[in-house]
Amino acid sequence: MSSFLDRLLGKEPKSANQAKERLKFVLIHDRTDLSTGALQSLKDELIAVISKYVEIDPNDVRIEMEQDGREQRLLADIPLKQAQRRKK
Amino acid sequence: MAAKVITITSGKGGVGKTTTTANLAVALAAGGDKVVCIDGDIGLRNLDVILGLENRIVYDLVDIVEGRCRLRQAMIRDKRLPELYLIPAAQTRDKSAVSPSDMVRLCDELRSDCDYILIDSPAGIERGFRNAVAPADVVVVVTNPEVSAVRDADRIIGLVEAEEKGPAKLIINRLKPEMVKRGDMLSVNDVLDLLAVELIGIVPEDEGVLTGGNRGAPVAFDGKGMAGQAFRNISRRLKGETVEFLDLSSQSGLFGKITRFFRSGGG
Repeated sequence: MSSFLDRLLGKEPKSANQAKERLKFVLIHDRTDLSTGALQSLKDELIAVISKYVEIDPNDVRIEMEQDGREQRLLADIPLKQAQRRKK
Repeated sequence: MAAKVITITSGKGGVGKTTTTANLAVALAAGGDKVVCIDGDIGLRNLDVILGLENRIVYDLVDIVEGRCRLRQAMIRDKRLPELYLIPAAQTRDKSAVSPSDMVRLCDELRSDCDYILIDSPAGIERGFRNAVAPADVVVVVTNPEVSAVRDADRIIGLVEAEEKGPAKLIINRLKPEMVKRGDMLSVNDVLDLLAVELIGIVPEDEGVLTGGNRGAPVAFDGKGMAGQAFRNISRRLKGETVEFLDLSSQSGLFGKITRFFRSGGG
């Protein structure tokens, strides 16, 4: 009954939305043959390489797989720290 | 005549490949085209029962390939639609009895003699699938609005592309408009967002499909019910016509009728 109320109040996501969200991730990994773990190490190594040249905050880095039609794209958003804020 | 070869596949079993093949074959033949359908599911033949031709099998696909009969001898003519023929699968052999090049050769021999060749692919991504896809000009992927079927459809669409037979066209089968409305079934747009392929048909869940199978008379014969109409529309799209998709919300049962009655102010 409570779950029915939750649904009435829009608390629980509709099962179709859950299906779509779950499938989005499954398909990305199926298509690229890249597991969640491998994607994480890719991110870690990428951050390490970039940090060698410019100052970044690893917590601000966003690296995500995105679907564009039937193609997958790796999108990276890497904010650089302002140069003047660096200590001389 | 130079027939177009259309292969119907899905990856996952049980989504309605054979029913779709049978109905599209009937719909095309009812429209005056000469159609030969081939059951590619060697060892698990079913297209014959769905079409109601199971009692007339003498020779099968493997007999043709292994030279025990001529091609014409294995073609069963449907008495209800004289332009419809079936080449049944062998029941006591396995998929390795036929190769992709055998299928290409067989279809090339048939091409000059009919308008459409429809191949019912077996489930899976192995030999049977490759046999079915090898001679295809068009590949139609059937899926259901359900997580495992959509995932497998995506895999198959990728494999069809890899075989240079793409882009595949999609049929969403067994859609339940009421469940979609409740948010409990993936909608047509959800599936298209995920799979990103061209949609060629939406077939609603319809008990007539099962009863048609019981009788060996696919719903596309009379084309009156929702599924029958949907299959007839798909057959026209396959021929290159532009046909609007059915408005499935008009069929959503008593509750839908009542709410629409009130919404429209009783008119």
